[in-house]
Amino acid sequence: MGQRTLILGIGNVLWADEGFGVRCVERLADRYRFGPGVTLLDGGTQGLYLLPFLEEADILVVFDAVDYGLTPGTLKIVEGDKVPAFLGAKKMSLHQTGFQDVIATAELMGYRPETLLLIGCQPEELEDYGGGLRDVVAAQIDPAIEIALDRLAGWGIAAETGRGDDSLLADRAILRDAYEAGRPDEDSACRIGDARFFPAAE
Amino acid sequence: MVVQTPNGFDLDTAGKRIVVDPVTRIEGHMRCEVNVDDEGYIRNAVSTGTMWRGLEVILKGRDPRDAWAFTERICGVCTGTHALTSVRAVEDALGIMIPDNANSIRNIMQLNLQIHDHIVHFYHLHALDWVNPVNALRADPKATSELQQAVGPNHPLSSPGYFRDVQNRLKKFVESGQLGLFKNGYWDNPAYLLPPEADLMATTHYLEALDLQKDIVKVHTIFGGKNPHPNWLVGGVPCPINIDGVGATGAINMERLNMVSSIIDRCIEFNRNVYLPDVVAIGGFYKNWLYGGGLSSQAVLAYGDIPEHPNDFSAEQLHLPRGAIINGNLSEVHDVDVRDPEQVQEFVDHSWYTYGEPGKGLHPWDGVTEARYELGPNAKGTRTNIQEIDEAAKYSWIKAPRWRGHAMEVGPLARYIIGYAKGHEDITDQVTGLLRTMDLPVDALFSTLGRTAARALESEYCGRLQKYFFDKLVRNCINGDTTTANVEKWDPSTWPKEARGVGMTEAPRGALGHWVQVKDGRIENYQCVVPTTWNGSPRDAQGNIGAFEASLLNTRMERPEEPVEILRTLHSFDPCLACSTHVMSEDGAELTTVKVR
Repeated sequence: MGQRTLILGIGNVLWADEGFGVRCVERLADRYRFGPGVTLLDGGTQGLYLLPFLEEADILVVFDAVDYGLTPGTLKIVEGDKVPAFLGAKKMSLHQTGFQDVIATAELMGYRPETLLLIGCQPEELEDYGGGLRDVVAAQIDPAIEIALDRLAGWGIAAETGRGDDSLLADRAILRDAYEAGRPDEDSACRIGDARFFPAAE
Repeated sequence: MVVQTPNGFDLDTAGKRIVVDPVTRIEGHMRCEVNVDDEGYIRNAVSTGTMWRGLEVILKGRDPRDAWAFTERICGVCTGTHALTSVRAVEDALGIMIPDNANSIRNIMQLNLQIHDHIVHFYHLHALDWVNPVNALRADPKATSELQQAVGPNHPLSSPGYFRDVQNRLKKFVESGQLGLFKNGYWDNPAYLLPPEADLMATTHYLEALDLQKDIVKVHTIFGGKNPHPNWLVGGVPCPINIDGVGATGAINMERLNMVSSIIDRCIEFNRNVYLPDVVAIGGFYKNWLYGGGLSSQAVLAYGDIPEHPNDFSAEQLHLPRGAIINGNLSEVHDVDVRDPEQVQEFVDHSWYTYGEPGKGLHPWDGVTEARYELGPNAKGTRTNIQEIDEAAKYSWIKAPRWRGHAMEVGPLARYIIGYAKGHEDITDQVTGLLRTMDLPVDALFSTLGRTAARALESEYCGRLQKYFFDKLVRNCINGDTTTANVEKWDPSTWPKEARGVGMTEAPRGALGHWVQVKDGRIENYQCVVPTTWNGSPRDAQGNIGAFEASLLNTRMERPEEPVEILRTLHSFDPCLACSTHVMSEDGAELTTVKVR
């Protein structure tokens, strides 16, 4: 049996640049097709729910927004045993169950994927609930995908251009274009509250 | 100075202040501060939600049929419950009736989520507050095997060799230097009372539960098309049924129903043979640790869930009970009407919002979210780095929901107290059976351990309910009814110009409500009141404290700088949080920083 690969995007799309990882797998599925041993997954902010997918993977590629104090939009590539440590080094987990815990659990259970690759991007803005990716982060989706494709090719996993399998990605209502285009404008949905109840200007 | 709150709790801020500051990016971000007296007893507790979230700013103007997909992303755990609550709210607004099979499938999925959440919560989030996996390395495998056979005689995995293997695996993991999951415990704290054999048994079940939970979620994959983030549908469920079909994709067929059936059976066995016996065994060692009752003996609330028939949410038709108990009067269970503007209201006097006038409560349909972030005069630190909260002023991003003005506890214990008070047959049998087994009085329910036990009992009951709805679904299909969705009102042209609705569920952590207003086919307003908002609520204008705050009072801490007891009780509510704690000394210097799950 050949190598089984899981390409995972994690993060919360509702928190602006936190959605980077999820948006990467979305675009990957939009542009590329892989053979049967490759799974593309929008992992959201899920923790243990992701364990079954890790169990069935020999290679794990993770796209994620990682706050590592770098210049916004900087890509950070981490490999192998450094991945859990790197994820754990974040000042705080951006997700509910830190993904490092998911990897540690897989390790404890004896089925951590052998090959780990993390492609992280430093976010610019997280404190914008309902917002989309900032330009500087969105601009890194394609380079991040290029890096992933390059590494995958090195492991003998080829991608063809064309639409890939999107069955494990987000519902169409929150895919990036629909989500960002459908955001109510500031006039109709005030960003900081309900304008009807603002006290008159003092 | 001691101050008594209107809901009957004594608060004293004289002692040492301890700050526990969990930080996450999801619903339920919270921080907790307590004052501890010279003997180590907690005499004041302050619960702060540290994150602002307002769904209306995201959903306004969206298609109401899509709202579930957004709400599924609010939380890292309760994805399905939020989605279900959302489709119920929209169906309620638009007058959409779902078919019987959709009701059964939704119930199976909701119960599945309850069971998954309860098991994962107990073994992977809460057990480490009671169980010491490091101590398990000292256990004698043979004695552990004897303990297992005494505690759970029907569980097949019980040989000395099995426990020796697990112990070796654990040893290897610990010795590899990446204690990982277990690295942040206070493993030499005298608050841990289990003998090594019980620690090894429970840690072993931690691993077994990890294996089981992977299979439990397959039910969501089968009915929801995928997991995480299963698909939902306004009007029913998005999975067609064709009993005679073949294959692993396409319509639900008998092969996949059989898979669901076997998962349901495995959960029932695990609950009966492992989870409940573990709670009894572990609880037995902590029988004298009956702290943490808080509001549970006074005021509890449940909306109820798991309707017997589709589209009928009347209290007597719900398998998980609905009701409200106030003033500690268990002989009277009030009905709850979430549409009544006088019942559920949110207050913001101690929250970082304003309604423009003090003491005002708003029903969620009229809910507004206008931020006003300001610290009280006695707060320490800065606006961006608070060292100490001033709870006399505004101090939380969580609003204070009240039921007819009362602060309420929600969750499994609330459901079980209400069920017990109403004489719900299954619940009463379970509760009296457990109390008899453990030789405890009814009052023991009102505690941290009572919360933990109620969750285990509920997991067991939900397993039986799941089987009941599975059988109902299969029977219906065999009789020729395979309808799973009603699309009559799918098209917005069939909708009223303006409508409003409410969706209710019992999420694993408690009563969850979504209130939606639809105008010209689009969402006009959307408000969620989630369980952690009830339990983690700040004070109101009258000074009533919420469930988290009340539950911490009068607990004795073995070592105030190691907040095992605080975490024990907060975790017993299953709040959605992964947290970092910063324990401060009296002068505010940071003593230790630990990450706690």
